Amino acid sequence: MEHIRMPKVENVRLLDRLSSRKAALGTLYLTATHVIFVENVSETRKETWVLHSQISSIEKQATTATGCPLLIRCKNFQVIQLVIPQERDCHDVYISLIRLARPVKYEELYCFSFNPKLDKEERERGWKLVDLSEEYNRMGIPNDCWQMSDVNRDYGVCDSYPTEVYVPKSATAHIIVGSSKFRSRRRFPALSYYYKDNNASICRSSQPLSGFSARCLEDEQMLQAIRKANPGSDFIYVVDTRPKLNAMANRAAGKGYENEDNYSNIKFQFIGIENIHVMRNSLQKMLEVCEMKSPSMSDFLWGLENSGWLKHIKAIMDAGIFIAKAVAEEGVSVLVHCSDGWDRTAQVCSVASLLLDPYYRTVKGFMVLIEKDWVSFGHKFNHRYGNLDGDPKEISPVIDQFIECVWQLMEQFPCAFEFNERFLIHIQHHIYSCQFGNFLCNSQKERRELKIRERTYSLWAHLWKNRADYLNPLYRSEHSQTRGTLHPQMAPCNFLYKFWSGMYNRFEKGLHPRQSVTDYLMAVKEETQQLEEELEVLGERLANLQKLQSNDNKVKSKQQDRSKELGLSASNNSLANTPQEYSSELKSFPSRSPSQGDEEDSALILTQDNLKSSDPDLSANSDQESGVEDLSCRSPSGGGCLPSEDSGKDSDEAVCLA
Amino acid sequence: MEFAELIKTPRADNAVLHRPFYAAVEGTLCLTGHHLIFSSRRSDDGEELWLLHSNIDSIEKRFVGSLGTIIIKCKDLRIIQLDIPGMEECLNIASSIEVLSTLDSVTLMYPFFYRPMFEILEDGWSAFLPDRDFELLNSVTDEWRLSSINKEFSVCPSYPPVVIVPKSIDDEALRKVAMFRHGGRFPVLSYYHKKNGMVMMRSSQPLTGTNGRRCKEDEKLINATLRPGKRGYIIDTRSLNVAQQARAKGGGFEQEVYYPQWRRIHKCIERFNILQESLIKLVEACNDQSHNMDRWLSKLEASNWLTHIKEILTAACLAAQCIDREGASVLVHGTEGTDSTLQVTSLAQIILDPGCRTIRGFEALVVREWLQAGHPFQQRCAQSAYSNSKQKWEAPVFLLFLDCVWQILRQFPCSFEFSEQFLIMLFEHAYASQFGTFLGNNENERSKLKLPQKTMSLWSWVNQPEELEKFMNPLFEANSLVIWPSVAPQSLQLWEGVFLRWNRPSKYLDEAQEEVFSIIKYNRLLQAKVNSLRKQLAELETDDRMQENV
Repeated sequence: MEHIRMPKVENVRLLDRLSSRKAALGTLYLTATHVIFVENVSETRKETWVLHSQISSIEKQATTATGCPLLIRCKNFQVIQLVIPQERDCHDVYISLIRLARPVKYEELYCFSFNPKLDKEERERGWKLVDLSEEYNRMGIPNDCWQMSDVNRDYGVCDSYPTEVYVPKSATAHIIVGSSKFRSRRRFPALSYYYKDNNASICRSSQPLSGFSARCLEDEQMLQAIRKANPGSDFIYVVDTRPKLNAMANRAAGKGYENEDNYSNIKFQFIGIENIHVMRNSLQKMLEVCEMKSPSMSDFLWGLENSGWLKHIKAIMDAGIFIAKAVAEEGVSVLVHCSDGWDRTAQVCSVASLLLDPYYRTVKGFMVLIEKDWVSFGHKFNHRYGNLDGDPKEISPVIDQFIECVWQLMEQFPCAFEFNERFLIHIQHHIYSCQFGNFLCNSQKERRELKIRERTYSLWAHLWKNRADYLNPLYRSEHSQTRGTLHPQMAPCNFLYKFWSGMYNRFEKGLHPRQSVTDYLMAVKEETQQLEEELEVLGERLANLQKLQSNDNKVKSKQQDRSKELGLSASNNSLANTPQEYSSELKSFPSRSPSQGDEEDSALILTQDNLKSSDPDLSANSDQESGVEDLSCRSPSGGGCLPSEDSGKDSDEAVCLA
Repeated sequence: MEFAELIKTPRADNAVLHRPFYAAVEGTLCLTGHHLIFSSRRSDDGEELWLLHSNIDSIEKRFVGSLGTIIIKCKDLRIIQLDIPGMEECLNIASSIEVLSTLDSVTLMYPFFYRPMFEILEDGWSAFLPDRDFELLNSVTDEWRLSSINKEFSVCPSYPPVVIVPKSIDDEALRKVAMFRHGGRFPVLSYYHKKNGMVMMRSSQPLTGTNGRRCKEDEKLINATLRPGKRGYIIDTRSLNVAQQARAKGGGFEQEVYYPQWRRIHKCIERFNILQESLIKLVEACNDQSHNMDRWLSKLEASNWLTHIKEILTAACLAAQCIDREGASVLVHGTEGTDSTLQVTSLAQIILDPGCRTIRGFEALVVREWLQAGHPFQQRCAQSAYSNSKQKWEAPVFLLFLDCVWQILRQFPCSFEFSEQFLIMLFEHAYASQFGTFLGNNENERSKLKLPQKTMSLWSWVNQPEELEKFMNPLFEANSLVIWPSVAPQSLQLWEGVFLRWNRPSKYLDEAQEEVFSIIKYNRLLQAKVNSLRKQLAELETDDRMQENV
């Protein structure tokens, strides 16, 4: 609380990003956890809530005649533009938010105050929903060749690894410890995924400390053990996900990559995925494109290309596809690493797992996958997503890229995933929201020390409870796309990778399709289910009635009025929509009602309700727009009326759009 | 002319057909006067490929020893490769295809030879007549009349025999206005917005020339469409610069001094070879098999195709906005009024009028705003993306229109009765067809060719119930509202169904479409079952009661 200099500012304007003339007048509140903007319009009092932990940057812009503009950019890609009448107030809000957005202690984060009113048991059940030892069992582990090792039970070998690590049976504790000393941050090779059908596996580690010539017997034995655990193959792939140049540069620092001559029977392979700094800059560039006011098609495509974002996405996909192919088609085990083995390695292992195993394409399986490859193996959520104030150079959209890879796959395989786009968007939101404890800290060790499970709630339980919202209507468990390995097109189909406006322009609803096929089909399916039930009831009644009649037994059956209304709920014809600014020329016309804040359309909005239910954008399906018939209450965007009498007499002065 | 003379080698055995994403097929190749037919040698799959010669955009031949290879690039953007053993056979076949695919006489085209194998329920040639449109209009307003001034195509060669004009303007005045407008295309009614009585007119440019000629009748005509005290918008589809330059060639634009009640807005929709080149570049980019992501995006950008889409859609939205939101009437024109003008007027109607989003309504729109309005299909669609001819009059104007419709359909997937397949089908038939619908450049030419008597109409075939079914959108729910599409770059996408149709595997997407159909179908089946059971129950129960009452 001591950080809030200014709990409330009145007469603040919230600008619409797409149209500068649409602005809402209201009051701004700062609380310990949220920034809240409440519109003045009395009947709606529309609210916009932003969690402090979502704020990625705050920019105070030059004061103008109308006030002092404040630009808030969020990690879930929301951009909020406020104009505060008094420069002094603006400064206070700015200073407060700077501090609030950068907490220094975990205890300041929202998950420690968030209370969904569950009792202790429910909370515990929630945390148990995703159980990794159960998951390794599902894969078929332990078995003759693989076992759980307790060598890291006190985080004694590797503090960023989980306590339960799965390794080849033939890898003794001596080998593991020896190998760990030869690997960056002691992240020794451990099992990520085991492919039951042919015993091939995906293992992961960090880079070896090979320098220019160093060797380590135990590390060589470790890789040998991995190969032997797959009797069907006489070699393993070692995939270094870095560009070759980066890996070579690491040798000078005593790190590097495996020398094929030193390890028996490995095939070494570079896959050039760029490092976190390149990715951070790439996202930055792409978001600049998304933020452009009214970009031309060329501006947009050129900017998208220039950002390199889709190229990076494709590189990650290609790596995942390579590994999935090696495992499923060649039956060869793969060891994956990058530098520390917690960013690119996590991306690539999870993409490959997703391609190989249909279970990970279900709602539950996807949670398990993130828990396995990201949470348990020490992906540094706190550093990468800037939950606590830290080094900005550590921040990078690593898991965002993985989530986008999944979306790209969903576009190519529309029937293969049990979940829909909304599921991905909500997970992304909560990785940054810090509303649930799942993604706190940088490792399992830190989370245990912080007693996350006792003090916070699990996101997975929350998503599971609401899973009906996250289902893909096209998914059928018996469909061919939901079984076995997915085989995406490798190059040269670059055009398969598309810009994901549902994520990066998520809050500009006006840019998205106005009718959702997913929601429509879900409603149809729901109705179908009701019909099935009714059919059964009717069938029974009919049979009874016929029996009675044939027995000449007249029993008066009660006439039940079952004529249920079977309207489709998703046939949302009130999907009102309003014109955009189709012509800058119309602007030159005097505006009919310049000050009138248009309530309809596009932007945000996190209302209080859906925040409480913690679902970041349930407003997505209930567009707040008024009907199109409603002409009087607003001037159409870009609007304004015809020129007044005198201005019309002007000479030939038609305006021209450049 | 006998086609047989052009076909020296009518048949080649042991030919091999290559297509992307399919295994090569060995079989027999046959040439007929209008088709290239390839039938697989394996009898079990009985696969046959029928290709209209008129669908062939370009052909290349290569030889390796005595094995000849012909690469055929089609107007529907497909590319196939045929390996033909024997140099002479291959050469003969290639030269036959070259000649047969570039016949310059319309009456030699397949529609004049095609005999339908189906029963005609409704003759498409008379399914959409202007008289009927006028009847509908007349039931809501009496301010308009049907004029037969162009009965002999003498006033305007590219207009249909009858047009709808303001009642207060007589034919004599129309004749004068026609003299003042490029190609005689005087302003006519394109669309009447029932909600507020505002109208959209279309015409060609006024012939003001450099000395600012005026025409009182023209001013009177377009003012007749305004309500007292109201103003209107003129949407000129050319940039101000281009419009000004047109004056030097005798053209021009409405000057504000003479049209004080009108506000002119210039948009910039490209024409002719700029569009054709854009299409060529786009298709080249889509066919580029290089492994580089950046190159794809920059090639897509450099094609400018999506820029054209954005410009056309924006102009159409603006016209619709003027009518629906500003409550103003609109006149749309460019230079000739046969291309960008029609893109704008027809798209604006799709935005404004729910009727145009049904199959029947969309067909009527294509007939009214494209065929009858004199879009020169024959010239524009003579060649597609692979041709080297570079004729000035070739341009994918209609394809751009269909692409824009697809963009709106994508943004409002439940508001159209037809599916993407319907649009793709129209694209195919505009470029090569067994039907006569898209032959000729205007109604005048069509009547001289006696198309309604000598050829079959596309609509006669499409509107059969079993064909229509293939083009239905299962998600359709009538939406009576105006639909405002977004024209932001993030909202506009490459139309994969046309441009990537032949170079991506479509299995998974097709499966998804099937899934959608089966979900909807099953739901409807259950609904029918429930209804019939309810009915049965109700009957039994009344029987029951009646017996009881006896």
